[in-house]
Amino acid sequence: MTEPDTLISVRDLTIAFGPKVIQQNVSFDLKRGSIFAVMGGSGCGKSTLLKSMIGLLRPTSGQILVGGEDYWAQNEKRRTELNHRYGVLFQSAALWSSMTVGENVALPMEMFTDLTPEVIRRLVELKLGFVGMEQAIDLMPSEISGGMRKRAGLARAIALEPDILFFDEPSAGLDPITSARLDDLILTLRDGLGATIVIVSHELPSLFKIADDGIFLDARTHTPIARGSPRDLRDHNTIPEVVAFMNRKADIAPASETKG
Amino acid sequence: MRTGTPCLHVQGDWTVQNGGMAPFPTDGLNQTHQGQTLQIDTTGLQQWDSAFITFLWDVKQAAGHAGLTFDPTHLPEPAQRLLALLPEQPAAKPAGPGPKPPLLERVGDITLNTLTETGTVAELAEETTKGALKTVTGKSGMRLKDLATDIWNAGPSALLIVGVVNFLVGAILAFVGLVELRRFAAEIYVANLVGIACAREISAIMTAIIMAGRTGGAYAARISTMLGNEEIDALQVFGIPVSTYILLPSILSLALMMPLLYLYGTLIAILGGFVVAMSMMSVSAIGYWTTTFDGVALHEFVFGFVKSFFFASFIALAACRVGLKAGRSAADVGIAATRAVVIGIVGIIAMDAVFAVIANALDI
Repeated sequence: MTEPDTLISVRDLTIAFGPKVIQQNVSFDLKRGSIFAVMGGSGCGKSTLLKSMIGLLRPTSGQILVGGEDYWAQNEKRRTELNHRYGVLFQSAALWSSMTVGENVALPMEMFTDLTPEVIRRLVELKLGFVGMEQAIDLMPSEISGGMRKRAGLARAIALEPDILFFDEPSAGLDPITSARLDDLILTLRDGLGATIVIVSHELPSLFKIADDGIFLDARTHTPIARGSPRDLRDHNTIPEVVAFMNRKADIAPASETKG
Repeated sequence: MRTGTPCLHVQGDWTVQNGGMAPFPTDGLNQTHQGQTLQIDTTGLQQWDSAFITFLWDVKQAAGHAGLTFDPTHLPEPAQRLLALLPEQPAAKPAGPGPKPPLLERVGDITLNTLTETGTVAELAEETTKGALKTVTGKSGMRLKDLATDIWNAGPSALLIVGVVNFLVGAILAFVGLVELRRFAAEIYVANLVGIACAREISAIMTAIIMAGRTGGAYAARISTMLGNEEIDALQVFGIPVSTYILLPSILSLALMMPLLYLYGTLIAILGGFVVAMSMMSVSAIGYWTTTFDGVALHEFVFGFVKSFFFASFIALAACRVGLKAGRSAADVGIAATRAVVIGIVGIIAMDAVFAVIANALDI
């Protein structure tokens, strides 16, 4: 059913908080090496979908197949093993505030590998070097700026050599230049590490630049309404909500609200 | 203006500061007929602000109800723009909470929730105990640096406040005891009174209450902040168990430190009693100490010591649980800290009552 180059395949997923359905009928395949964008307006459930993919929120129904294994049907131990294929950059970077930047990157390696402290230190320097943060290795998260925190979070996300990276609004709260640099960094890491990337965002310039596949979630109908790369959706899609979103038009929003 | 067209004339200042929010009378459009257009004449209008817009919004709604067309074209341009932003009707008030479920159902809910909660806390306790056992063999994965920081915060840095409070409590006990015992010429027994009361009950409880407020509140606030900051999510995604990683050092440090703080607090309380006794009665210092050592048996200290360990475990466990269960906003952090302290203090007193019953049954 799934093609060989499919890494994750989401099948008829429904995510709900109690009786309140966030998204339903979500199905898509994540192709190896792609940068997959989860798009949609604020509050449509993008981050929630991401949470259920990385094991933080159990979906109400449906499947997430990781390499053919039904993720949520596994026991906790197996899920943790599968999670080690993932690297996650959280919206707020989520660095552990009681540790230095270096310790943040080192902790997963200390917990899950048998490497010696010297080797770990070298690896931490390397990962921080990838994101241009090697000078901040001994600083606390509270001592660095928001953009640096995001990059440090990225270094931590790639600590265990994951093959799938999840980014939750990577450019939120960053200035345009920092944000553009982060985009370049994401592309470089994808090519360098051979990783597949899932990115939740509504930063259009960044999506057009880096993403080559994606899904558009609609907040009103609680279902995905379009599939394809952001560029494709912008140029060839005819669904009013998608067109409005991709072209940053305001006039469609009230119209769609009164419809519903 | 065509005669017969209803027209509303507004004049003067329409500001919140100067005139307040004038309501539009409910019968204001009684003289009009459906289908007419309501004009607004603003030639006499001077200063205006939100008060004017609120009034116009009322008028617009009343016009809608009366079947009139509201014509805003004669309004000042900015007022037209602001009015256009507002919906036809103000948002309906959300319906209040539904009827209360029957008493039996509520009791059932509360019972189920309490049982679930007890189960969860017991699971946490189990995981922490397992983690503590693994620590002995060095396999828990807990960072010793975290443990050291937590031990410092739950131990040495609390010495001053624990000392001050216990000293004063000992002094107060001695003072009250002296006044009463003097009537029976039994002043010297104040040494026993202070010693036994503090070693057995008061120092253990006071120290536990201080630590519930100080450290329990801090644990709950810290963990709920980590939750809001997605730090707990990050741990979970990596598969780093929250129990060994955050809970274990916190709970272990408080459980290790509080019995020691209790011992220190008891000695300081006895010292407080001694200072008061020396200043108010004619017994030698040596006599006072001898009476204390004779009167206060070692098992009183053991009893207090053991109690302190359980108090500490309870405070830390409850605080961590409250923190993990908290919401993700700044207000939730405050609520979590408050709740941890309240649960801690009430729990300590309740546990102490249970200990008193057990001690009585075992004749300790």
